[in-house]
Amino acid sequence: MERIAILQMGHFLLVTIQVDMHDHLAMTLQDDLTNRISKTSARGVLIDISALEIVDSFIGRILANIAKMSRILDAETVVVGMQPAVAITLVELGLSLKGIRTALNVEKGMALLRSSLGDSQGGSMDGDAEK
Amino acid sequence: MQKNEIISINSSSDVVLVRQAVRQFAVELAFSLINQTKIVTGASELARNTLEHGGGGTVNIEALDRGTRRGLRLTFEDSGPGIPDIELALKDGFTTGNGLGMGLSGTKRLVNEFEIVSRVGEGTRITITKWK
Repeated sequence: MERIAILQMGHFLLVTIQVDMHDHLAMTLQDDLTNRISKTSARGVLIDISALEIVDSFIGRILANIAKMSRILDAETVVVGMQPAVAITLVELGLSLKGIRTALNVEKGMALLRSSLGDSQGGSMDGDAEK
Repeated sequence: MQKNEIISINSSSDVVLVRQAVRQFAVELAFSLINQTKIVTGASELARNTLEHGGGGTVNIEALDRGTRRGLRLTFEDSGPGIPDIELALKDGFTTGNGLGMGLSGTKRLVNEFEIVSRVGEGTRITITKWK
């Protein structure tokens, strides 16, 4: 079955959405991410949407759900790389993506995650993280 | 360029096909990136409505050429249950499903023309037009 890859880097989970997601794929990503957070005790989730050409109300809801669920599981979510045309369209559509933290690119997103955890362990290669 | 294309909407991968076809038309009409994004987002919202509320249907994508005026018109049709109260359905935040209720009202803001015809028990037709 088609899936979006979730990479683990230290205490963070990284996702790059590079396909035009149909709704089931987006829901699978939501479930997979929630399971991985719980399984790996990840403290942060970074979702790169720079390749997404649109974010409609459904994808917006999935992103908001991921942020809410990860917060309940004690992990922060940052969405990075939104294209300007997508941001403009989202605002006119009426979606504010409340509760979702954003950053302009992966580097700034990682910095945001690290500072929000307020420690030095996040993002380091920690061999025990999977156990 | 091709003047029109009809796509049936019966699964969530058809919604993706609609987005891609609309993008193709908008690119060929030389829409700005922002207008491409707006019409593709609107198409995605309405295609999902056709699938989830209308039980499936079709979209007719038409390139309009009125002399100096060029645009893209999308007509979504289904033979679903219809919308009993269109005014209510067009309100921000109104939803019968588990969405955010921004689909119809938000799409209206993304396009230049928006028309909705619905008969309970017969179906719904929504037409949106974006001028270049």
